[in-house]
Amino acid sequence: MTIEELEQIAKSVALENAKYDYEVNVCLDLACASQGADKLREALVAAADASGKKVLVRRTGCMGPCSSGPLVRVDPDETLYRHVSNTNADAIVASLGGAPVAELQCDLNEHFDLQTRVVLENAGHIDPEKIDDYISRDGYKALLTALAEMTPNGVVHRITESGLRGRGGGGYPTGLKWGTVAKAGGDLKYVVCNGDEGDPGAFMDRSVMEGDPHRVIEGMAIAAYAVGASKGFIYVRAEYPVAVARLTSALRDARRPGLLGSNISGTTFNFDIEIRLGAGAFVCGEETALIASIEGRRGTPKPRPPYPAVSGLWGKPTLINNVETYANIAPIVRNGGKWFAGMGSERSKGTKVFALTGKITNTGLVEVPMGIKLREIIEVIGGGVPGGHTFKAVQTGGPSGGCIPAELLDLGVSYDALLAAGSIMGSGGMIVMDDTSCMVNVAKFFIEFCMTESCGKCIPCRAGTAQMHTLLTRICEGSATMDDLELLEELCSTVKEASLCGLGQTAPNPVLSTLKYFRNEYIEHILHQRCPAGVCKIETPVADQPAVEVLA
Amino acid sequence: MPAFTPPPLPSDDKRWKIVNGTMRKNGFARHALIETLHTVQSSFGYLDDDAIRFVARSLRVPLSQAYGVVTFYHYFSLKPPGKHTVTVCAGTACYIKGADNLIAAAEKHLGIKQGQTTKDGNISLMTARCVGACSRAPVVLSDGAVSGEVTSEQMLAQLERWAVE
Repeated sequence: MTIEELEQIAKSVALENAKYDYEVNVCLDLACASQGADKLREALVAAADASGKKVLVRRTGCMGPCSSGPLVRVDPDETLYRHVSNTNADAIVASLGGAPVAELQCDLNEHFDLQTRVVLENAGHIDPEKIDDYISRDGYKALLTALAEMTPNGVVHRITESGLRGRGGGGYPTGLKWGTVAKAGGDLKYVVCNGDEGDPGAFMDRSVMEGDPHRVIEGMAIAAYAVGASKGFIYVRAEYPVAVARLTSALRDARRPGLLGSNISGTTFNFDIEIRLGAGAFVCGEETALIASIEGRRGTPKPRPPYPAVSGLWGKPTLINNVETYANIAPIVRNGGKWFAGMGSERSKGTKVFALTGKITNTGLVEVPMGIKLREIIEVIGGGVPGGHTFKAVQTGGPSGGCIPAELLDLGVSYDALLAAGSIMGSGGMIVMDDTSCMVNVAKFFIEFCMTESCGKCIPCRAGTAQMHTLLTRICEGSATMDDLELLEELCSTVKEASLCGLGQTAPNPVLSTLKYFRNEYIEHILHQRCPAGVCKIETPVADQPAVEVLA
Repeated sequence: MPAFTPPPLPSDDKRWKIVNGTMRKNGFARHALIETLHTVQSSFGYLDDDAIRFVARSLRVPLSQAYGVVTFYHYFSLKPPGKHTVTVCAGTACYIKGADNLIAAAEKHLGIKQGQTTKDGNISLMTARCVGACSRAPVVLSDGAVSGEVTSEQMLAQLERWAVE
């Protein structure tokens, strides 16, 4: 496959699409599919056939505002319809060429205006199972350009120049990581894509893998060329069967024209990818645990160094990046590092996809330039808290992150700012909580998660999270003392300092951040046996009982 | 060293051929353990002692290691599932939207705890870490089909339908 051939394919797709006067795009991502988008698509196809109009009905990946689903977008007018059911199919097809169906039309201009789409540029525009659709939107052009015109070093340089940082949570500079693997010796190197999106409440990686699988494959292939790897693995959660199926068929479709395999595009570059299924272990998002899992073992982490960049999969230099990081690669190679660095804030470049969920009007996926204020995301893009309730906190970073209170809503979203606020960027889950959420209970929820997910290898995490859970349960039940609170804080710092891997080191974050911003709620529970949000069921005051000694 | 001969299939059950196929595709390499266990679970619904023994022997992995892997990962089950499975997502977004009430309602209705199956083997009640449909929380999977913004009434109605089948 050459760039000319790619352009040929793009041209023929454009010619094919030009045969139609209208394109009706139906979102078939999980949220819309769970509301009958499949039947809707069939109904639209039937209605289009019956009408005699030249209509292309296309299934697409996630369009973003899931709470308005099932979503349908009619092009070329870009009319967006919400809550569409199969009974609306005839009306939509009948409206083509005339006025749009007013009662279904949705006005989400404010929602979209503040967004910048890089990772999600194809979402809602292509059929994820058609490689030609991807190619028609400049797909694989970056890979072939890199192979034809750039040296591996040149690619690493471009990524470094872009300022891209790892989107999995840690925010390690991607160019630096690539450079380390590129410099590592040895003939055999691996490229791994971390698709073990374990953070509950985050689903952007699922959406990218399902909605635009070739983007991930292209990003990985470019990475392999840059670092000198010949073999890749995509590690996907088994809980995402659709992502697995889409990636499997995308890999097959990429191999057929030689975009993966031996001598790609007539060069000496060989690269192929295998899929590995996760099996439900949050700790496998940690890179050394992920490596153990790909090797078929229990996913327990190892001390670093050596870093996987030097000694990873089967002891070979291994590059591990997250799905969203790879999804950023092709646009950066295509448009240049400076283009990417032109977006975002001082030390956090580009855009970030967030999964906006919880007590917020517009739930779904949003992609915003780094540096945007949290308030803009929540109040404008998200449409604020519904039902007359008031905003209390937004949780970012999943079980490793923290809760950010209302007074910090003017914070610009960046790796450093979120860290300074006691949370982390994480993979991009943003869960909004209102006055009906008890922050102590939220902290308990996360600690319970970390306790269950602790692999058990190191004691601070294994025993520490269990003890923290006991203390938090006691606080929620109204049977704790102020000494328990002190012990909890002490444990937080021990677990944070002494744990082996990221899971344990960050597990106390939800407790620490809620203690920092919502300490009064803890104190209410302890001193007055009262849950201000009315979530914790405190039955009888037990303050006069002696405190129970906690076994460390 | 003599060439390794994989052990014979445990029975005539055709599903063992599928399991064997996964191992053959991976050249009976030890790192195919998790892949193979996935195939066993998707073919048989769960992993019993015979299956773990067979896979361990075929891949030349110590039985302790295979058992360690099976029990480490939440996705693998050592017990056969019920005829129907209701899975309540227990991810953060679902928790914020009241998934614990759904779990409590299902436990009360079925008279079992999460992770268990009713005595008649009809319904299993499971929880999931997160199925990634957070925007439609709380989410319930009925035999794998995802429903969003589920109320206790809707979920219990489904359980009723299964009960009278």
